[in-house]
Amino acid sequence: MREVELLVIGSGPAGLCAAISAASSGAKVLVLERNFKPGGQLIKQTHMFFGSESQYASHRGVDIADILLSKIREYGDQIEIMLNATAVGFYEDNVVTVLKDEKEYFKIKARSILCATGAYEKSLAFPNNDLPGIYGAGAVQTLMNVYGIRPGDRVLMVGAGNIGVIVSYQLLQAGIQVVAVLDAAPRIGAYLVHASKLARMGVPILTSHTVKEAIGTDCLEAAVVCEVDDRFQPIPGTEKRYDVDVMCISVGLSPLNELLAMRGVEMKYVPQLSGYVPLRTEYCETSIPGIFVAGDASGIEEASSAMAEGYLAGLCAAAGLGHVPADFEQRKQTYLKQLEDLRSGPVGDRIRAGMKISQL
Amino acid sequence: MRIAQHPILTFDRGKEIHFTFNGQPMTGYEGETIAAALHAAGVKVLAKSLEKHRPRGFYCAIGNCASCQMIVDGEPNVRTCITLLKEGMKVETQEGKGKIQ
Repeated sequence: MREVELLVIGSGPAGLCAAISAASSGAKVLVLERNFKPGGQLIKQTHMFFGSESQYASHRGVDIADILLSKIREYGDQIEIMLNATAVGFYEDNVVTVLKDEKEYFKIKARSILCATGAYEKSLAFPNNDLPGIYGAGAVQTLMNVYGIRPGDRVLMVGAGNIGVIVSYQLLQAGIQVVAVLDAAPRIGAYLVHASKLARMGVPILTSHTVKEAIGTDCLEAAVVCEVDDRFQPIPGTEKRYDVDVMCISVGLSPLNELLAMRGVEMKYVPQLSGYVPLRTEYCETSIPGIFVAGDASGIEEASSAMAEGYLAGLCAAAGLGHVPADFEQRKQTYLKQLEDLRSGPVGDRIRAGMKISQL
Repeated sequence: MRIAQHPILTFDRGKEIHFTFNGQPMTGYEGETIAAALHAAGVKVLAKSLEKHRPRGFYCAIGNCASCQMIVDGEPNVRTCITLLKEGMKVETQEGKGKIQ
């Protein structure tokens, strides 16, 4: 059985930053990545990030992945990224079982483990929601921005949060028509700067609307949408039909953290963080010492906070292993301050409320 | 169905890969997943559901949801959205659970 000092599960923004942070303190890190490419969802983001320079603002996500990966290479064999390797089990003795290349199955024992497994896209219930042509917004982003393939010709976007409007804009960039963006909520959830870009391109954003049904035999051919009242009930007589071959579902994400639940860390349902999350300290340590969490796996936020959390969790995980750099306190305070700034203001209200509930 | 021009991204397609879909010859590119290459060729129905035999396409494209499972080189339940295309692959629509051969 292979033994490692720090095992990081996931190589998205949180996992990569955690690995860099821990290695810079002197820890040896193994990063597991289930995909055949590292970088998580960063490699699909063609828009520029907001925030401050420490979270690579005004870089495109896809470029941030390259920046982080080149930093990782500077650490040589101190950081290893194992691709096509899915963590499928997490046991009491800190043994993680791994399925590699869909055929090799083996154990890894780690002195400390940092879970940065991200999130999954939620679905939406309506008649015929299983027709081919109805995809998660992230799936369409993958098809378009990673493989350069058109998802279809005419798209209806369901969800006017950040992902919904950003993917809509990316569809337009790829030369694909977006007939409308709808959201059941009475107001647009996305940052207005993203939503305004869409509005300027002439894409209608329909608030207080939902999907009534999808129509099609083998694949999606049309969608019927309708208005909803203030209790989210459909209003009869408001139906509209859109002939579309693609519908994107962008109704939010849920934390992907079953591995932590399997290990037995204390979990709690926190609606503000979009699902079951592990309880954790201010320093991202779970209820079991030496087991850390960072990024969307601990509650849905943004890539910027995932990176700041990754740096903080990596620093503290390495410290727990005895790698305490001279500037430990200073770095810790810097990352805490970055997180505080990212979560400040009215946009961060929900997150701050959720963090209070999930804090150990 | 492939994007030819993009304001931000460039797509370096690898070499051509030849495979079959239900016996029909198809072409994709190295570095593409099976589901991506099929989608580019206009194939959206990848499987039929277990009980009601409803058409199934991919949904998440990152290996979470199992909606894209097909029979690849005789092996059922292959998640085609995360499996890379290989020369000579035999890809088939999966009806229901599939059998281990």
